Amino acid sequence: MKVSLFVTCLVDQLWTSIGLSSVEVLRRVGCEVEFDKRQTCCAQPAFNTGYRDEARQVARRFISIFEESKADAIVSPSGSCTAMVHHYPELFADDPEWLERAQKVAAKTHELSSFLIRILKVEDVGASWNGRLTWHDACHGLRDLNIKSEPRTLIRNVRGAEFVELEHADACCGFGGTFSVKYPEISVAILDQKIEAIDRAGVQAVVSGDASCLMQIGGRLSRKGSKVRAMHLAELLASK
Amino acid sequence: MNPLSSETFGENAKAALADVQLRGALKYATSLFGERRKEAAEGLSNWEGLRTQARAIKDEALLHLDRYLEEFVSNAEACGAQVHWARDAAEANSIICRLSKDARTIVKSKSMTTEETHLNHALEAAGVQVVETDLGEYIIQLAEETPSHIIAPAIHKTRRQVADLFTAELGTPATDDIAQLTRIARTTLRDRFAAADVGISGVNFGVAETGTIVIVENEGNIRLTTSVPKMHIAVMGIEKVVPRFADLDVFLKLLPRSATGQRSSTYQSFITGVKRQPTAEGPEELHIVLLDNGRSRLLAHPVTRQSLACLRCGACLNACPVYQQIGGHAYGSVYPGPIGAVITPQLMGIEKTAQLPYASSLCGACREVCPVKIDIPRLLLHLRSEIAPRKGSTTERLAFKMWGRVMTSPMLYKLSSIAGRIVQRVIPISKAWTKGRDLRPIESKSFHELWND
Repeated sequence: MKVSLFVTCLVDQLWTSIGLSSVEVLRRVGCEVEFDKRQTCCAQPAFNTGYRDEARQVARRFISIFEESKADAIVSPSGSCTAMVHHYPELFADDPEWLERAQKVAAKTHELSSFLIRILKVEDVGASWNGRLTWHDACHGLRDLNIKSEPRTLIRNVRGAEFVELEHADACCGFGGTFSVKYPEISVAILDQKIEAIDRAGVQAVVSGDASCLMQIGGRLSRKGSKVRAMHLAELLASK
Repeated sequence: MNPLSSETFGENAKAALADVQLRGALKYATSLFGERRKEAAEGLSNWEGLRTQARAIKDEALLHLDRYLEEFVSNAEACGAQVHWARDAAEANSIICRLSKDARTIVKSKSMTTEETHLNHALEAAGVQVVETDLGEYIIQLAEETPSHIIAPAIHKTRRQVADLFTAELGTPATDDIAQLTRIARTTLRDRFAAADVGISGVNFGVAETGTIVIVENEGNIRLTTSVPKMHIAVMGIEKVVPRFADLDVFLKLLPRSATGQRSSTYQSFITGVKRQPTAEGPEELHIVLLDNGRSRLLAHPVTRQSLACLRCGACLNACPVYQQIGGHAYGSVYPGPIGAVITPQLMGIEKTAQLPYASSLCGACREVCPVKIDIPRLLLHLRSEIAPRKGSTTERLAFKMWGRVMTSPMLYKLSSIAGRIVQRVIPISKAWTKGRDLRPIESKSFHELWND
């Protein structure tokens, strides 16, 4: 299957190993991966802060680029950015032409774990990683895209990995995009609940499907001098 | 009135975060409510179906609100109720003050709608004594505070604080035994009920088909408020109408489970008109004050209309990670939490409430628990889109304009990435971020560049 990777701006700039790992995993399961270098951002920061004109501008560009692709699917290592693409039709509710184009692109866009499980029907990507780890449900993947069992299935099939459920795994980490810098104190207070749960889980790594949550969680873990690693699912699945 | 303003939400929140007792009380209460709600919902096999059905009924009622309101009014009047229409809070208060002008004592049961109109202040200004009879409301009335939760108004208070308050205000012996504290309140309140000429309540549902008002509670104080005094005044938002009596089946399953995790509220009062033969039940005079106060404005908009479906169960507050940390007062509004952040700017206008829709991480936990499936995150986003272009700071508006340029130009995107790598070495990019968290540095090579290699 031919796949066009939407790497997301965050991964592109701040966490490239997630992008490289995604390519590695997709190729390992037999996908041909293309990367359109004109891509930038999904428009989420503007959409979530309330700047819809700017969001539409960036969304139109995303649609124009990705609808040219001959790939069977657009895959992204982010539930949040994928959910944003799925929100595009809302941005073009009054614009029938763009609405249709937005719907077509949205229908082709998948988050990595759900693409592996739901589309490719692959549950074991042949990864191995030694240690005890847990999973944090990133909110948009969980509640906008209904991704819950998919990452857990993939993680359970990683050789050597001992998976434990995180207490309140589905509770928000407090990131919330601009929320994390508009109200940093609340954001960190919410985050500390997550950090305490991770501490109690006694794991070597906390895995999630969004670089944004992982920056939030990882940033606090590192500030607190914790040895627990914040790891993206793609990085785990690429491990051999 | 809440001394805090929505305009200082950020500061209010910081103060709340520093209040150890408050956070302890919140953590205990919100998680308890949350767990009980979950168990109660899981105990019903058709929970999702009930939610869908409830929302459909609400949608139907709201879409034909004019018709159902008329039907409700004519049926209520046929049973002897007197109905008053109030365009806004001031009008509602003046109607109620006029009706109770000869009253010596008014007993009142818990009602967020009367909090919305600041009725107690209006009554006190008119020289009438009003006593809150819900235990939580009574506590905060004694403390001269405002509710910090829709169904648990004193959720922010610990048992110790209540004990101290009772000793200071009622002169009762010091005890922090909950049963004893409740007994103290009950004894004090029983006398008030006996003396009261007027009882004021809110309304959970108004049934169009029969003109019945339905009120649910656990303490029995509503039963007393609506039956002991000669006159009962019920204050009801116009959105509380449901078409048919049979619709209550759905709502009375969803509401108590969502609110407290109970299968049923201890008391469910169905009040249809005044005391008449042959049953001789109910008050001699029943006045229903129908309050608009901005609701018809919400009704006009297809996206925001759904906010009027709210049952005021408070489940979204308990589920909200922001509310769990800061509680209700920090919002500076009558209605706190996710639903408060949605309805307050719509009812009051965005001038002083523009921060509220941003008081959310958009995690969606509120939508997941809402018994009538209100898409709160979507409404927050909608409100943000109305607020940002008008009320966003100049810096923020400019930043997003520039961001739009950068994100639509591969050249600018590449340049700003390189610039960012250099700048981050010289100045901290985001102080707001780095206060509590380490910042991941920009990679020396972007994925774009790595793809080439």
